[in-house]
Amino acid sequence: MPQWTLFGLLKGKQTAPWPLRDGADGQAGFLGMPQYHPELCGDGCQACADVCPTKAITMRAAESASAGRLDVDYGRCIVCQLCTEACPSGAMATSSDWAFGVREREDLVWQTNGGKGGDVHAEARRGFRRSLHVRHVDAGSCNGCESELQALNNPFYNLHRLGIFFTASPRFADLLLVTGPVTQTMLSPLRATYEAMAEPRWVMAVGTCAVSGGIAEGGYASGRGLEGVLPVDVYLPGCPPNPAAIIQALLMFLDRAPQRVKGGQLVK
Amino acid sequence: MMDAAVRTLRSDELIGTAEKLLAAGGRMQMAYAWYPRASELEVRYVASRGSQSPFEIWRCETNQFLPSLANTAPLLGWYEREISDLFGLKFEGHPQPQRLVLHAGAAPVAPPLTPNYPRDVPVRVDQTRQPLPEVAIEEKDVQLLPFGPVRADVLESAAFLFFYVGETILHYHPQLFFKHRGMERRFEGLSPARGVVIAERISGVGSVAHALAYCQAVEAASNCIVPTRARFLRSILAEMERLYNHLHYFGHLCHTTTLKVGEAEGKLLEERAKQLNTRLTGSRLLRSVLAIGGLRRDLAPEGWLHGELDRLRAAFGRYAKQMESTASHLDRLITTGKLDQQTAFDQGATGPVERASGVDRDLRRDHPYAAYKEVPPLVAVRDAGDAHARAQVRMAEVNASIALIQCALEILPRGPVAVAYNIRPKSEGLGWSESPRGTLFYSVHVGGDGELMRVKIKSPSFSNWRVFPFTVHDSNMMDYAINEASFGLTIAGCDR
Repeated sequence: MPQWTLFGLLKGKQTAPWPLRDGADGQAGFLGMPQYHPELCGDGCQACADVCPTKAITMRAAESASAGRLDVDYGRCIVCQLCTEACPSGAMATSSDWAFGVREREDLVWQTNGGKGGDVHAEARRGFRRSLHVRHVDAGSCNGCESELQALNNPFYNLHRLGIFFTASPRFADLLLVTGPVTQTMLSPLRATYEAMAEPRWVMAVGTCAVSGGIAEGGYASGRGLEGVLPVDVYLPGCPPNPAAIIQALLMFLDRAPQRVKGGQLVK
Repeated sequence: MMDAAVRTLRSDELIGTAEKLLAAGGRMQMAYAWYPRASELEVRYVASRGSQSPFEIWRCETNQFLPSLANTAPLLGWYEREISDLFGLKFEGHPQPQRLVLHAGAAPVAPPLTPNYPRDVPVRVDQTRQPLPEVAIEEKDVQLLPFGPVRADVLESAAFLFFYVGETILHYHPQLFFKHRGMERRFEGLSPARGVVIAERISGVGSVAHALAYCQAVEAASNCIVPTRARFLRSILAEMERLYNHLHYFGHLCHTTTLKVGEAEGKLLEERAKQLNTRLTGSRLLRSVLAIGGLRRDLAPEGWLHGELDRLRAAFGRYAKQMESTASHLDRLITTGKLDQQTAFDQGATGPVERASGVDRDLRRDHPYAAYKEVPPLVAVRDAGDAHARAQVRMAEVNASIALIQCALEILPRGPVAVAYNIRPKSEGLGWSESPRGTLFYSVHVGGDGELMRVKIKSPSFSNWRVFPFTVHDSNMMDYAINEASFGLTIAGCDR
């Protein structure tokens, strides 16, 4: 056992300075949500809407008052990058945008003037700004989201240092973190877990499946995410969202970081 | 169809043919059903006759029932139960005719994969809690522990029933398929090109293996020859996937033996591997790269990946040496969860699990695809069949994967990475890959309109979950978590 202590000490500090201080967040080269540039969008083209596997991009009805020809819902985007490859004009462009945690579902829908950006519910959550206990429930994910959630506790992200802990019992949990589209069979265990939590309690939908059903939406066995199942306080789409995005969304929930996305756009 | 021959069998020939195959050293791989026409159900069996000989596909038309092959080739037991649940077909003489994929509370209006099942209508599931099984044994000391589907920590959903006396587990029953999403049906009616992003999302930590097997199945159906550079890059991607999965495995294994620094190191190395994935492809899970006919875009691993892997190999070498010389760690692994060779073979163990029980199979070597003919893998086999052997096989595979990628990088040719392909109406193809967890098959059927009619997915965890309980019965509670970690199972791929 002393060799392991030495082994660990020789490794030195492996944790990223981010998000407490400026520094690498480990996401260099990451392809995030495609960026929509309506001004570049060509007439008569619907290449992106045609290839989108989850109807995150749809053609907008002509009479709509808002500018642009497309309706883009990042809550349905599975980050497959097909639209960026199909688009001939750069209107759907690759980006490194991943900090997509929002409080209101409509902030994931692209809007010309940006969205309202979600109210800060600091008053209701007084006392939850420092330490947070999270109960995770897999409601039918592909295990991609779990892989990234498990990464939160690796030495690089080291979630504990931020005072955020995963807990085994829903009785101790403040936040229910749900992944997956909510299969018919997981519906009742998910509700039972929520019911077992003491109030006040909050819910975070992690991954596009939990937000809208994603690639697994509907069908004979699957659901359409948490909409209509539980009240959701934080939506974080992504397929899967990377660990930094999950941390950013958790800190946003605790009012320790700003909401970065408003009206489907990253606020500079 | 490439590298697979189709035979038509009558239902009364099935058992005899399977017995002959097994006597000749062959092995059943999987079984599935589909509807070639709306009124006509056909069951397919995939069999292998060993290394380098093409897979054999047996087709058998049926209307109501078929003789069960589960008594001849036990591993087919689960496939038959799945077919019964989803197609309503009965298998005569099945030793365990209970439901598998559908839970006891599910009440579908018709079997959900039959043509008359209404599309997009959810199966009604009784949301009241199902009664627990009676403890079958008269002895009052026997207790039942139901655990799950919501378990401690960040884990996938599954429920386990332990029948135990004190520390000893008498019987163990995993209740899976809480996560069944009906993914095979998602492919139906789509053009084959649209299936790739779905295949990438069947099992998140097997995105490359799934997409690769799917692409290869469609390529087999359309006689498409993938350019050399794309084949090499596919091998590199598949091995990068094996690396981060195996590194995660060691972090988790050390977690169960409470080796804290070892857990941290495994997870740290996994994180490093995922960051290399990001640098190579823009995706930590290596998604959005594969396409039918090659790759969606070229990758540039030249000049940097080799050196990064050198550093990873050195770090892993120190880590592995440390694990292999820690008595408290080894004490928990050696003799734990022993799986003998015969059970591994009969029940269909796959991947590192079977190779740790002395069954020497690896699709990369036995049925090469991508660039594995030019750059073959070094296949590690152990005979002990315990948790330690399963860990050792994966240790050897980490080093072999790094060596394989570096070798592929040395001779990685320049050139195009995609080729045009034509989907042939009424065609079919079988594709496979050796995922980090074992053999993965995709069987793809294309209809007269060029759209997908049926996609069957055989994931490695479907095989290994069937085997796993054989190592838990008669073991003890303290070893359970270690044994489960040593199998390295996922649930998403199994449940689909």
